[in-house]
Parts: sequence; structure tokens; C-alpha cells
Amino acid sequence: MTDSYVVSIDQGTTSTRCIVFDRRGNLVSVAQREHQQHFPRPGWVEHDALEIWRNVGKVVPRALAQAGIVAGQVAAIGIANQRESTVVWDRRTGVPVAPAIIWQDTRTDTLVEALARAPGAEDLRQRCGLPLATYFSGPKLRWLLDHTPGLYERAERGEVLFGTMESWLIWNLTGGPDGGLHLTDVTNASRTMLMDLRALGWHPDSLAFFGIPAAMLPEIRSSSEVYGTATAVLPGVRIAAALGDQQAALFGQTCFAPGDAKCTYGTGSFLLLNTGTEPVHSSHGLLTTVGYQIGGQPAVYALEGSIAITGSLVQWFRDRLELISSAPEIETLARTVDDNGGCYIVPAFSGLFAPHWRSEARGVIVGLTSYITKGHLARAVLEATGWQTREVVDAMNADSGLELTALRVDGGMTANNLLMQFVADVVAVPVVRPMVAETVSLGAAYAAGLAVGYWPDLEGLRSNWHPAARWVPKMDNAVRAEERENWQRAVERTFDWIKPEARAANE
Amino acid sequence: MPGQVQSITRAAAILRLLASSSGRLGIGEIARSLDLAKGTAHGIVRTLQDVGFVEQDKTSGKYQLGAALLHLGTSYLDVNELRSRSINWADPLAARSGEAVRIGTLLDGKVLVVHHVFRPDDTLQTLDVGSLLPPHATALGKVLLAYDVGAANAVMQGEPEPYTRRTLVTARTLSRALTEIRDNGWGAEIEEMTLGKAGIAAPIRGYGGLVVGAIGLSGPVDRVCDAQRHPRPALVAYVRDAARAVSRDLGAARW
Repeated sequence: MTDSYVVSIDQGTTSTRCIVFDRRGNLVSVAQREHQQHFPRPGWVEHDALEIWRNVGKVVPRALAQAGIVAGQVAAIGIANQRESTVVWDRRTGVPVAPAIIWQDTRTDTLVEALARAPGAEDLRQRCGLPLATYFSGPKLRWLLDHTPGLYERAERGEVLFGTMESWLIWNLTGGPDGGLHLTDVTNASRTMLMDLRALGWHPDSLAFFGIPAAMLPEIRSSSEVYGTATAVLPGVRIAAALGDQQAALFGQTCFAPGDAKCTYGTGSFLLLNTGTEPVHSSHGLLTTVGYQIGGQPAVYALEGSIAITGSLVQWFRDRLELISSAPEIETLARTVDDNGGCYIVPAFSGLFAPHWRSEARGVIVGLTSYITKGHLARAVLEATGWQTREVVDAMNADSGLELTALRVDGGMTANNLLMQFVADVVAVPVVRPMVAETVSLGAAYAAGLAVGYWPDLEGLRSNWHPAARWVPKMDNAVRAEERENWQRAVERTFDWIKPEARAANE
Repeated sequence: MPGQVQSITRAAAILRLLASSSGRLGIGEIARSLDLAKGTAHGIVRTLQDVGFVEQDKTSGKYQLGAALLHLGTSYLDVNELRSRSINWADPLAARSGEAVRIGTLLDGKVLVVHHVFRPDDTLQTLDVGSLLPPHATALGKVLLAYDVGAANAVMQGEPEPYTRRTLVTARTLSRALTEIRDNGWGAEIEEMTLGKAGIAAPIRGYGGLVVGAIGLSGPVDRVCDAQRHPRPALVAYVRDAARAVSRDLGAARW
């Protein structure tokens, strides 16, 4: 018997990656291709969905060739994708009607302000678990309908289709105009604001609120089931999973039990906590989202804390202040001093996300004295990520009633030892990095392999998870309490920086 | 006596020219000053740029001396950079071998552990990044000494501590072991520090083949070695593959 493998496609914000995994969950090969970022106007971010589809056609064969395997040895394909990014395309030609609007795009800010004052806004929030924000797909889709002549009528007639990236890829993989399957999964659907979080279906009131024709929406399926068989790229292979990237990381970290949490440290950071089969509504600024759903089983929900600026603060320190020449050097610089010297940096570059959600806040550096060196600033940069993690964890504990006992971490910043130790110190629980760092891709592969019986059950997946490093809290309680209070006072100093008149003028 | 290597004398001239110039210089200016063809000057300057001795100004496109020249006396690769660049290769080495993996560099005559991946068996283990190991009694250390004459001499002139009966403590045995490591391209340690423990390591190389660290695994001697007490060839191959992969990432051409 020849060995078989699971292939994952991670359609991310900057690139599309294909990874081949073996039965033990080990990475066998990787192929990756970046796509262009388009910034046509301030605040706008677009991708060419056709370029992304072409890249899938390039990276998948390359990953298979590197692994030395053929399509017949692939048990299943799983997809993880950048969330919320919105594509609308022509059902007959397969051509997008407009560039894809990416999750960071803020062109809908005035639309969102108006919608927030419309009747039914509070009901919507209860139903979908999300606050009205430019971040989610619903407002982006409404914007496209408003700004593309004739699109609304075509959508009503079912001539154009809406989807996030996984829908777009699955439709193309299964034939495109020639019988392509138009579907999404519960995790991606939970980021549109259009889905009823409990019933897991499109809600007519939500569609009416945004003015979106039901005919253009994909069918909502579970995250782990055989959706269909590919006819392009990997003909004959079953497509068996789709998850938003952060949910895929939760799955790849095998956070299957209520109370399990993971944090992915990248440009921004995303902490997701498994809350079990009941959605938990947040009163502390967190998002309620679907974590995953396996076939016909009940959906598992998650609370999500999104932190806007973590890794990008290190990039700012490198590229704008030019105090280091590479990101890892921040650790070297930070180790030239023993503590922060009383200095704190709160990176509210475009306001503060979870748990504060203060759009008028702006960043501050406080506690400056003539004693402060660039080493202290480097410490303050790293500590900002630690304290922001702590704030989100506190909100999660308060909302869920579950007490976090360990934090599973992944992403590029986990290579920073000083930072990971600091996160353990301030969150006051052990921080654990798993052996396979590519948790997003692994999660999609796991969900796909599970659906086709490549892996038997969640227990089997859990046994693939091994800690590669573990940082245990070492900070003295009194020091932690005092530092935390200092951080909170620093955060307060960011509030109300943008004056109300200036905000009104921008609206 | 072998003749001069022309491109090296030209590179030295370019560095002197940039050092004596008050501002930045363009390729044309460099080529004219040294009476070189523009293509020749460009090739040399680009190579000097790759190794960090020359920097190009982003807006004007002109060249100046690079920051790396100022730090010639210190280690040219930041240890945190080394960890960051090797993390994706150290994990698979631990997964494939089933043993704990460490990456080390020399610091004041000791081996500084810059990265540590746990043995993938879910037992409770303690991260020992930042700890110091004896260079003469570990596979990592012996590999690092094999490519650092100064550090090797310092260890041999000191009094290497005998941890076990097998620890290499004389200049003669240690020197022979280091020669063997250079010949093989990897090294091992069998019960030289702790009874029942063994390790295998290989050098990590940067630009021009300069050894910047070592990567290795360690574990119980009966798992790391075969019945004849030789390091298992499969494990040696895993370690060397990982070392080569990191070296390639760091820009070493031949390894």
C-alpha cells in the first residue's frame, strides 16, 4: 500500500500556501506564492480573486512534486482562508464583478455608522454575536451592491454569487461555471453578520437589515464533511474541510475542550477560547464566533479577542524608528536591560481593539525619563504584546466563567523567548508552543482528514499534538500587580486623543 | 608562494575608497576611480553588499560602508536571529528523531543554548534556552570547537573538567576528536558528560561557510547509538539534513 497524505490550502492575506501532511501530522512539503496587495485609495485594500485562484493552481502541484506524490495519494483537501474578505462573481463566466474587498478595508466606515443607528441593529448583534464594524463581510457586500450598477438586480436573479475566499476556491475547484458547488462553512458564515449563530442559517431579518438578496448566498455547511470532488487542480480528490484561518489554528492546536485556548501571534494577534456547544455573549468586548462544526455534530463556539497591533509594533520599531535591523534583534536589544525602566508603550495606532474598542484612542509612550535607553523601549514594545494578551484573557475569563489554565501559542513571534516568558509571567499560566508551528494549515488538514476517516477521531488528533516548548510563570505576584496597574494607567492615557470635532468632520 | 587573488585586492580597494570618501559613491564613480569596468565593479560591490560590508542607499542607489564592518570583532549573526531562522527546521528534527533538539553558539568559551525543542513524548521538560554547556563534553560544543581554533586552544590550555571516565580532557584526545569532526562534517558525544546519555551535532554555516552555530539532538545512549555504540546513521542523517537546511536559509552556498 502506498502512503497517503492530506493536502491543505491556506489562502491567506498576503499569500496562498499549500502544505502536504502525513498521518502523524508532520509537515512533508510546503509551496507558497504571494499575491498583489492593491491600495487604490486611503483605507482601501483589494485582492484580485482570479490571481489567487491561479496561485492555487501553481502551489498545489508544486507541493505535491516536492513531496514526490501524485493526486491519487491525496486522501482529502482542506481549506483555511483569510476571513471576511468578500468576493462577488458572475455565475456564468466565473469572472469577479469587482476586486475582492479585504478584511482590513475600511471603506464601509460611514455605512457602518449609519447602520449602527438603524432600527434592528441591537437585534442583529444578538443574532450574529458581532458588533457592527467594517471588519465583517455583510457591510462589504452591501457596499458592493450599492456601488456596482445593476448588481442588486443581478443578485436577485441569482446571476452573481457572493462568497468569502473558501467559497470562491471551492466553486472553482469543483467546476466553476460548469457545475461548481456554491457553499461556505459555519466558521466563515459566522463572520458575515448575516448568520443566526444558534440556527446556523442565513437569517431573513439580517438579510433585510443589510438589503442582501438571498439568491446570491452560498449554502452553509459544517467545517468537516465531504463537500464534493475536485475537477480542477487535483481532479478526483475529495474536498472535505473549510475553516476561517483563526478557527483553523484553534483546530490545529487541538483546542477541542471548553476552556482550551490558543493565541496566534502575527502582525496582529488573535486569541480564541473554546466555549463548548453554547454561544457565549460577551459583555467585555469580545466576539462570539463559531469555532468549528464536525459533520452533523453540534457546532462548537468560541470567544475571540482580536488585538490589532502586536508584531506590527516590532516592525514599526524596526522600519520607522530604525533601532534594530531585523525583528529578532528586538530580543537582543531588550536583554541589554533588566526591566522596562518605568517606560510603557501602548500601540493604539488606529484606536484600541479588544477589549476596549476605543477608535478615538491613539498610541502613547509614557514614563520617559533621562534614564530610558533604547533597550527599555525595546522591552516596552515586547511587554505591550504581553499586556494586551492579558487584557483579552481577563475579558475571556469574565465572559465565559472558565478559568484559563494554559495558553497554546503559535505564529512568528513565538520564536521570541523573552516575549513568551513575559506572556507566561503576566497571564500567570504556562504558555505552550506545539511542535508543528503551521497550525492554520494543520487545522484545515485535520478537519479534512477527519471527514474522510484518514484520522479516526479527535482523540487521535490530540495524540499528534506535542509541546515543543513551555514557559512557566516566574514573576513575583506583587511585581505583576504593580506592573499591571502601570499598564492600565498607560492605557487610560491613550483615550480621547482624537477630538470629537475631528471625528465628526471625518464622518 | 601563490599569487594574489585579484578580486580580493579589488574588493579591498573599493572598501578603502568608500572609507576615504566623504559621501556615498555610485557604481560609475567607483569604477572610474579604480579604473575598473563598470560590470566588474558592480559584481564586487554586490558581493560586498551580500556579506554586509557595503550598504546601498535606497533612494540614491549609491553605496557606503556597511554596519557589519563596524562589528567585525563581534559575532556577525545575532543569536535571536539564529533561533528565528532555524525554528522551522529544529521542530521537524525533533519530530523525526524523537529526541530533544538544541542549537548552540560559543559564548566566552562555553556553549550558549539559543534554542531548545522538547523531546516529543509529552513528558514534563524544562526549557533551557540561555543555559551554558561545557564545550569539551557535548556534541554541540565539540562541533563548535572544531571550527574555532582560538576557542579550542583556550579549552585545551585550561583544565577541562572530567564529568565521566569518557570525557575528553587531554589536548591530544580532544584535538584528535576535533580533526575527526572536521573530516566527517558532524560530531557525537557518548557518555562524555552524563552516564547513559549521548548526542549528535552538526555545524550551521552562514555566508562563505563561516560556522555560526551547531544543531544537535541528545537522548539516552541506547536510543541515540546502535548495539556497537556507534551513533545511528539515520539520526546522523537527520541532524546533517537539518544543519544543511538552516545553513541554506542563512545563505551558505555549498552546504
